[in-house]
Order: sequence, then C-alpha cells, then structure tokens
Amino acid sequence: MRIRTLEIGVGLFLLAGLLALLLLSLRVSGLSVGHSDTYRLYAYFDNIAGLSVRSRVTMAGVTIGKVTAIDLDRDSYTGRVTMDIDQDVDILPVDSTALILTAGLLGEKYIGISVGGEEEMLADGDTIRDTQSSLVLEELIGKFLLNSVNKE
Amino acid sequence: MRRHSPLERVRLLGRAGLDVVAALGRSVLFLGHALFGRGGIGDALGLLVRQLYSVGVLSLAIVVVSGIFIGMVLSLQGYSILSNYGSEQAVGQMIALTLLRELGPVVTALLFAGRAGSALAAEIGNMKATEQLSSLEVIGVDPLKYVIAPRLWAGFISLPLLTMIFSVVGIWGGAMVAVDWLGVYEGSFWSNMQNSVSFTSDVLNGVIKSLVFALVVTWIAVFQGYDCEPTSEGISRATTRTVVYGSLAVLGLDFILTALMFGDF
Repeated sequence: MRIRTLEIGVGLFLLAGLLALLLLSLRVSGLSVGHSDTYRLYAYFDNIAGLSVRSRVTMAGVTIGKVTAIDLDRDSYTGRVTMDIDQDVDILPVDSTALILTAGLLGEKYIGISVGGEEEMLADGDTIRDTQSSLVLEELIGKFLLNSVNKE
Repeated sequence: MRRHSPLERVRLLGRAGLDVVAALGRSVLFLGHALFGRGGIGDALGLLVRQLYSVGVLSLAIVVVSGIFIGMVLSLQGYSILSNYGSEQAVGQMIALTLLRELGPVVTALLFAGRAGSALAAEIGNMKATEQLSSLEVIGVDPLKYVIAPRLWAGFISLPLLTMIFSVVGIWGGAMVAVDWLGVYEGSFWSNMQNSVSFTSDVLNGVIKSLVFALVVTWIAVFQGYDCEPTSEGISRATTRTVVYGSLAVLGLDFILTALMFGDF
C-alpha cells in the first residue's frame, strides 16, 4: 500500500512537469501548433531600421501576422521584409500600404498595413508596392536643423 | 604543523595534483559504470520510483515556494524600473525571459544541490560507513547498479521537471503581482510575453541548461557520497563538498552555456 502512494506521488510529479512544459510552450511562448494557416507577403522598404524578425504585423491595431525574415535586396539596395499573414485575413487589396510604426516613443517597431481600394486581393507570394519607411530620429533632427538654417 | 623542506613541498604539490586527476578519472569511470555497466537487477523501475520520490517529489515544496517569491520579486523590481520609462507592459516579457533563460535553471539547480544533492551524498556516505555497500557486494549485488544508478537517473529526470515547474510558478507569481496588485493591463502583459519569448531559443535552451545541470549536480553528489571517507567526519565533508562543488559547477557552466546559446551577436 505504501509503495502505491509513492507511485502516485511520482506520477503526479511527472504530470506536473509535463503540464509545466505545455504551459511554457503554449501560454508563455505562444507556440501555435501547425503553421499552414498563414500566407506570405513581401514588402520593400528604403529603411527598416529597428524592425526585427518576429515583429508584429497589424491592421487597425489588430495583430494579423508577423515578420519572418528581413534581408537586403541586392538589386534595389532596399530592405526586403517577409511577412506571414493569417489565412483568415485574405482580404487585403493589392494597393494596400505597409508602414513601419513605433509603439510608444521608445517602444518596439511593427508593421501597420492600411487598406487600399482595389477590387483585387493580395495572394500568397505577392509584394506590397506602396511602403513607408521607418522613422529615423537622426534624419528628422537633420531635416529640422536644415530648415531652421534655411530660414535665417 | 610540521615544517617541510622546499623539495618536500614540491613533492606534496605534485601528489595533490595527481590526487585531483585521479579523483576525476575515478568519477568518470564511476559514472560510466553506473549508467552503462552490464548486469541487470530485479526491480529497476521500483528502485527508480522510490528515488524519484525522495529526490524529486520531496524537493517540490521548496522549488514551488521559492519560484513564487522570485517571480513576485522580479515583478516588483521590474515594474519600479520600467515604470520610469513608461513601459510597464514589458514587465511580462522581462519576467518570462529572466526565468526561462537564467533564473529558472540556475536557482533550481542550486536549490536541488542543497536539498537533494546533500541528502544523496549523506545517504550514500552513511551506507558506505555502515558497510552496507560492501555487504551488497558480498551477496553478489553490484552497488553501482543497485544504489547509485537509480539515484543518478532520478536526478536527471527530476531536475528538468523541477526547473519547468519553477519557471511556470515564477511567471504565475509575477503575473499575480503585476496584474492584480500593480495594475498592469493583463492583455498586454501576456501578449508582450508571447511576442518576445520563442519556444526553441528560450524554453528549449532553458531545458537543455537544466539537463546539463542535472547531470553535473547529481553526479557530484553521488560520487562524493560514494568516494567519501567512511567516518562521520568524512560524511560531513562529502556533504559540504557536494553543495560547494555543485553550486560552483552550476554557476561556471551557466556562463559557458549562456555564451554558447545566446552569445552569437
């Protein structure tokens, strides 16, 4: 009888450990099982400063996907961003705009997509043509200084 | 203390060095023999279950309690710093990353060395001092297989499980303080955490770390017990050494593992 309670205790311990792993993977790291329910879009930006892989892609503030790769396009010298968008958001018109935005003053960068007006929708492997680059504080300050010099 | 001539000192130094190397070699042979040696014993699973109980289940209380408190403290400290920058929402990701990458594996391994490691060393040392180990040999049972192997396996299995339980409980404690007490918005707390924690590079690397720590801590504990002088003084020295060597090995290895896992800048 004693060995039985021992076994039950150990069994509960193992279950608790596995449950902990499950919680860590699903609740904490947000691991989703299966990744076939997304489609891929590309966008070229003059400057992607601050954006990183796993950044959010949002529309109207709602997260609809994430950035999966960032690389330099060798022909146009621009940054190419690869995004995985949820399959249930397959209603992006082809003339939608992708902007790199900042959450708060010092927060993380993310991509915001604003809707266009075309009838045709973006499909897997398409490229978003209309983009607006990351806001770089130094460039902004540079422009501001140049303006104030010109005025004088 | 007797005074030694310089030549004698060199000789003693050499002997101390050889002793260290010999102990290292003995411990490797010991580990190999205990884990992979031939010769089955009757109820291997029953022995393992009993050890899992005393090594794992009985360590659960201290791990859970310290996990909750460490998570709560992280939450408080993180909040007071992050609120200076107006980004209290990031407290979730800070707690999760700290616990999964560093504090979970390291603190659990240190607690394990203190709670279970010392007990293992003392138990085996006492078996040696009361000649239970040699009696086993006399009746034809290999003590490495019967006494040591189940304890080693129990350590390997329990520490990673304890680490994951520690992290989960810590994150829960942190969430409790941040969300219910300090008033961080619950949605952004969890979504920030999920956006920044990656399963392979954070959760799995933490588990790999704890597997390495489990091997090292249990090995040190069991070997110190098995290799101790069979006197009460020897047992006490073995217990002390287990905790000291175990903790130092965990902290040192943690640096190396962190450099390997997260150092590729």
